[in-house]
Amino acid sequence: MERRQCIELMYPELEDKVVVTIMGASAQELYDLGHRDNFFYLQHAMGLASSVGMGLALHRPDEKVVVLDGDGSVLMNLGTFATMARYAPKNLVQVIFDNGSLLSTGGFASHTTSGDTDLAGIARAAGIRRVADTDQLMPFGEAILEAFEEDGPHVVVARVKAVGPDNYGMDLHLPENAFRFARYLSGRRGDS
Amino acid sequence: MTVSYDKSKAVYEGIRSAGVRSISALPETWLGLLLQRAEDDPEMTLIQVAKEEEAIGIAAGAWFAGEPHVLLMQNHGFLAAINGIVSLAQLYHIPLCMLIALRGHWGEPYPWHTRGGNVTEGVLRALQIPFEYAREPDRVAQQIREGHTLSRSSLWPTALLLTRDLMEEVD
Repeated sequence: MERRQCIELMYPELEDKVVVTIMGASAQELYDLGHRDNFFYLQHAMGLASSVGMGLALHRPDEKVVVLDGDGSVLMNLGTFATMARYAPKNLVQVIFDNGSLLSTGGFASHTTSGDTDLAGIARAAGIRRVADTDQLMPFGEAILEAFEEDGPHVVVARVKAVGPDNYGMDLHLPENAFRFARYLSGRRGDS
Repeated sequence: MTVSYDKSKAVYEGIRSAGVRSISALPETWLGLLLQRAEDDPEMTLIQVAKEEEAIGIAAGAWFAGEPHVLLMQNHGFLAAINGIVSLAQLYHIPLCMLIALRGHWGEPYPWHTRGGNVTEGVLRALQIPFEYAREPDRVAQQIREGHTLSRSSLWPTALLLTRDLMEEVD
């Protein structure tokens, strides 16, 4: 299973959701399907996409917040699982693409490469009750549909191949992305 | 040393007077009474983090959500949060209003705090973050309001350094 396939599968469902991605391939593959103002690409500050998602989910309980995360980023902020479990925002879905690789920074092995470190297990042990873990597209789709429809917080670990897009680039300045994302959210609340 | 109940109240009332009803924090001694007030306040959302850099992400999320927010942390937590400040808040022009307990500075009896106390101001300057020292309980509410206002008009972090004079009882 490739991350690109997973994102393609989710894409139609993301139209009315608030989406935060990590840097690199995850951001690019979502952007390449067609940018929307409800997508925020965190192109640096590795580890914090889930924290941004937490801040959004806790303050906008009316919105479904989806974080597209990765093994390298999550490993930089494992405490996020415990914070997520403690405050348990029902409207937060964290999708973790575990490719066992720091692909976007040079393809180095990550701590999950060996298969010994189990991110879904860490999430469960941190206290997150709704955790799915798969390397097959069909079960991934089912887990995502469940996460989108039912109260969470949800963590969906998708074990994918370490491949990414051939070309990187966006016609979108970073602050422009942030400003448009904030405007989307203020518009949804009717206070723009 | 004892943390001042009345002065902690003045800081907390200052946060409320800025219109802020959302706080992220990592607990520490000087912030304990403040956080207690936040916990007991039904209007306040308090999010305690496992490490301070998380709070930078949470504050960014609160900003996107349209919710006025302040961050409470110790200066060593500020030092631990720097990449988040630089590569999320500053990179994307997201305001942060940070209230930072300035440990390891004038009068500090604990050796382990002293390195951080010495470098905090220099690091704030290097990061081009406007800051003020808060020393007087009568002035702190205004300083919080002004720091909050500046962060939102400049789309940039601001820092208010909570000093020993402000936080502790005078013997």
